[in-house]
Amino acid sequence: MLTLSTGNNAVAAAVRQANPAVVAAYPITPQTEIVEQIANYVTNGSLKSKYIPVESEHSAMAACIGASITGVRTFTATSSHGLLYMHEMVNWAAGARLPIVMANVNRALGPGWNVWAEHTDALQARDTGWLQVYVSTVQEAYDATLMAFRIAEDRRVYLPVMVNLDGFTLSHISQQLDESPVSDFIPPMILDHAISTDAPMGYGCMTSSADYFRIRYDIERSMRDSVQVIRETEDAFASKFGRKYSWTEDYRCDDAQVLILSMGTLGKEAEVAVDILRSEGIKAGSMRVRWIRPFPEPDLRDRELVVIDRNYSFGFGGILASSIRAKTGKECYNVIAGLGGQEVTFNDIAGFVRERRIGEESWFGVDA
Amino acid sequence: MYEIRLHSRGGQGGVTAAKLMALASFRDGKYATAAPFYGAERRGAPIVSFIRIDDKPIKIYSQIHNPDLVVVLDPSILDLVNVFEGLKPDGKVLINAPGVPKQAEKYDVQHVDLTGIALKLNLVVAGSPILNTPVIGALAKMGLFSRESAAAAIQETFSDERNLDAALMAYEELV
Repeated sequence: MLTLSTGNNAVAAAVRQANPAVVAAYPITPQTEIVEQIANYVTNGSLKSKYIPVESEHSAMAACIGASITGVRTFTATSSHGLLYMHEMVNWAAGARLPIVMANVNRALGPGWNVWAEHTDALQARDTGWLQVYVSTVQEAYDATLMAFRIAEDRRVYLPVMVNLDGFTLSHISQQLDESPVSDFIPPMILDHAISTDAPMGYGCMTSSADYFRIRYDIERSMRDSVQVIRETEDAFASKFGRKYSWTEDYRCDDAQVLILSMGTLGKEAEVAVDILRSEGIKAGSMRVRWIRPFPEPDLRDRELVVIDRNYSFGFGGILASSIRAKTGKECYNVIAGLGGQEVTFNDIAGFVRERRIGEESWFGVDA
Repeated sequence: MYEIRLHSRGGQGGVTAAKLMALASFRDGKYATAAPFYGAERRGAPIVSFIRIDDKPIKIYSQIHNPDLVVVLDPSILDLVNVFEGLKPDGKVLINAPGVPKQAEKYDVQHVDLTGIALKLNLVVAGSPILNTPVIGALAKMGLFSRESAAAAIQETFSDERNLDAALMAYEELV
């Protein structure tokens, strides 16, 4: 049955289905509702996890690492400054090949102090070895969180997965949620390198350059193998639940001459812009990028590109635009929009397309 | 798509009212989104929530600038905020008041004394009358969703039967 849920509660509901042995978390706006709801589940007995209310985000990830290395399922959630504060342990989780799942509620970075949506927080962690997916609806927040456990725990991957949802714009809005039971969709977790007295191994030891280099290479190899695992998982999910996800969510792209590329909820708003543009005779399409690590190989062909970045890499450019340029060699019109929760409507997005200047960058509402 | 902008003050239950409107719309078989706009909220400050109802999935996450319906839970906000801004030419207004406030006279306005209903039923929490359940009854009367779906949304959310009583009373009293 359809229920009403916020984006945050959808993540918590998915975690209850996945039934992790350990949840260690520290609350932060706008993620708080996730950990609050999980704590409620634990208190009312509907989730059997050990819930560890730690004193910081750094400790939250450290606790997940400690639990995960024993071979059990773990989850945490954070946002913005919390993610930055745990950054050292975020790297460690991937280096130690631990399939931890984390929800990150995307939020701006202070100063100025701002609690609204922006993707720079998670994108600053894009080089850590975590897989990263960005969602756009309450249902997708639920579905992606479920799939994250299965993908992370696949022995071809054994890497952590971060599920990203826009602060407030998705975390705090209510939509319908189909919360069907899914326990058999995620097989029991088996971690081949779990601590065991039967097979003692070294963990976190001093490592020679040659071995260290090999370990890094292995991370990248698994990252590349994860492409297939993600594909299989999304296919399996579609056949079980009827909801199909992919690298990108493509809307009216087939015959499009200009593509709007974006991430998160802006990607849904862009679909409305596409309909408006099409009614004006502009053959537009929307490609919402879901996975940023591993990065997709989108079919961009000879289309013009308008890339909306709700993030920025100072001294360089919008991170999605830069990534697409690097991967495909194609120039684009890069619009920086929505930082710190800036309101961006479908009309604004249609305007970006009408006024596109390929090869240029524009800061929405600021540039003359 | 039908777009509703709801004005209230922090603590009056505007966010819950928005959720109940979305839930009642689901029970009618529609799609709906309830999006409270979060600023620097504090108790008593004017706040706004956005509700969209449609026959197909809703893709818009930005604010509502041209509502079909404006709902005002606290008429004292009329002196602070232009709640009618962007209202569609054929747009409607629902105000919680015993009569039509003069600022609203030139609009297609309906009113009901939700505060009076809540007080009559002693539906009061921490000194504040509960407005978010009676307003659902008034909105059902306006045809936003069925009376049955309104009742279902309230009963799924609250166990105190006075909430449903208040909604049914508002349904009857809407002028």
